[in-house]
Amino acid sequence: MTIEVKNLVKKFGSFRALDGVDLKVNDGELLALLGPSGSGKTTLLRIIAGLDWPDTGEVGFNGEDALAQGARERHVGFVFQHYALFRHMTVFENVAFGLRVQPRAVRKDEATIRARVKELLDLVQLDWLSDRYPSQLSGGQRQRIALARALAIEPRILLLDEPFGALDAKVRKELRRWLRSLHHEINVTSIFVTHDQEEALEVANRVVVMDKGRIEQIGSPDDVYETPATAFVHGFIGESIELPVQVEGGVIMLGDRSLNLAADGLVPGASKLFVRRHDMLVGPSGSGAFEGAVRHVRNFGPVQRAEVALSGGETIEIDAPRDRELRAGDTIGLNPRRYRIFAGA
Amino acid sequence: MTMQIAEPVSLSPPDARARAHAAAARDSLRTEPPAVRVVIIALAVLFLSVFVVLPLVLVFAQAFSKGVLAYLAALAEAEALSAIRLTLLVAAISVGLNLVFGLVAAWAIAKFEFPGKTFLITLIDLPFSVSPVISGLVFVLLFGAQGYFGGWLRDHDIQILFAVPGIALATTFVTFPFVARALIPLMQEQGTQEEEAAVSLGASGLQTFFRVTLPNIKWGVLYGVLLCNARAMGEFGAVSVVSGHIRGETNTMPLLVEILYNEYQFVAAFAIASLLAMLALITLIAKTVLEHHLDEGQDVNDH
Repeated sequence: MTIEVKNLVKKFGSFRALDGVDLKVNDGELLALLGPSGSGKTTLLRIIAGLDWPDTGEVGFNGEDALAQGARERHVGFVFQHYALFRHMTVFENVAFGLRVQPRAVRKDEATIRARVKELLDLVQLDWLSDRYPSQLSGGQRQRIALARALAIEPRILLLDEPFGALDAKVRKELRRWLRSLHHEINVTSIFVTHDQEEALEVANRVVVMDKGRIEQIGSPDDVYETPATAFVHGFIGESIELPVQVEGGVIMLGDRSLNLAADGLVPGASKLFVRRHDMLVGPSGSGAFEGAVRHVRNFGPVQRAEVALSGGETIEIDAPRDRELRAGDTIGLNPRRYRIFAGA
Repeated sequence: MTMQIAEPVSLSPPDARARAHAAAARDSLRTEPPAVRVVIIALAVLFLSVFVVLPLVLVFAQAFSKGVLAYLAALAEAEALSAIRLTLLVAAISVGLNLVFGLVAAWAIAKFEFPGKTFLITLIDLPFSVSPVISGLVFVLLFGAQGYFGGWLRDHDIQILFAVPGIALATTFVTFPFVARALIPLMQEQGTQEEEAAVSLGASGLQTFFRVTLPNIKWGVLYGVLLCNARAMGEFGAVSVVSGHIRGETNTMPLLVEILYNEYQFVAAFAIASLLAMLALITLIAKTVLEHHLDEGQDVNDH
């Protein structure tokens, strides 16, 4: 099932939750909608599911107009952020719900429903919990039951809203891997919403980065990380150092110092320089594009994170390998291995 | 005073929860010396004894003052039986109506956003803030011989005032907030996600309501119905205005208690009053049980 979204606009009062969104999702894809809160990603997901309606724009499933159908007719599996399991039903009945509410003409008999629910609970590896109530489950278990429930209706599309948002870090990592392999197994076109870049980059085939109701970039996880299309994407994905610079006559100026960096093909004017924290190479004083004094150093496993006050007064954080220990008070030279410059203040 | 006994203090479920939290906090804050504690507890017990337990005991003492036979005979009087029947009928009608209205109002308020919502919430509380006598008078103004619809009703030979419809209307009005009030906070807390989940799984509106919404609020509904029923059976002021006090026809139990009392038929008056007092006790016990269930239900998605 492919999904085509065209020029979608949705306002809540004067707030533009979606401000002209175009998106095409390929059959069998696992797509991540990534963005900060308020970027419109959940609104987009809910509109695709039929739980919200756009002010203008189109949503098509395999070319047919999805907006002509209600949520009930769309056959979309939706996994809610807080699971929304039916609290008065057992796990088994939760998963069976979608099968039991089918119109009598197409409803399966009880034995078939039982077999199907059993199969789904096996799929999410929780068949031993079938008689429990949602309140007796852990967060990760609830999440998997919510997924099994959504899969029971054999959805044409699977939508997940912040699927791991409410889980602790360890469970989250396990479930990520599990979701990816599950998607590989069932191969349903899936979209999940997240504000966690690591999650998006690790799980998805393609990532859609959103901000303020607009799509900033669509690309593979490598694309959005290695070649961010906009300043927002660079700042949002990966940990970046952001410095306001001025491009003048083929030279990049930080304050009143000219940086020894190539400025070929850059638009003159106020710009932003982005460098990944780990792309800032440490050398002896006087050797790099930047000069700075180390303020603090903290160790994170294989890297040391240093707060460095640049000679112009800006403070940045860099991640350096621990082969050369930095100490507070050291004066160092810094040279960006890779950097990007985006025009605009 | 005896007439007021059947009117329970209204406590909404959030209050119940707040009390539980207060109980937990109290342990850590208990710094008063034992003597002060004893005095305070003694005062509370004394107050409760004088103002609650004593009157209750007196009701039963008076009712049985001439023996069990006199008590039973008083209840078997035609007038008493008719009052009991009327009270049950009126309570059934007003609880039934308020169950439907309350569910609809709570559903609309908790699950949808619309202009005028705050106004509607305020309006629901109106019967609580108006004196029951005024509530009764409103119906006299509407349906009385000199009222807005009085002439039309007389022409079509429809009796509302001084008859069962009037009493049922007044009681329904006075007891309207109970079900809605019990359900609004509960439904607001539960939100709309489970309903959305049901719809996205292919459930129709009715299936969603009966399979998801209603089971989630059933204890709240019972709680509202219980309080609504207690108030409906005990209502005096509004009913007194619209009933016309026709003996054996339009007297409810609280009205009959007053009439018998004024006629110095103490055993009969207190016999009926004892029934209302028993209703109050049963209501209290049922309320405690329901609050327990409500508390349990609210914990479900907390962890």
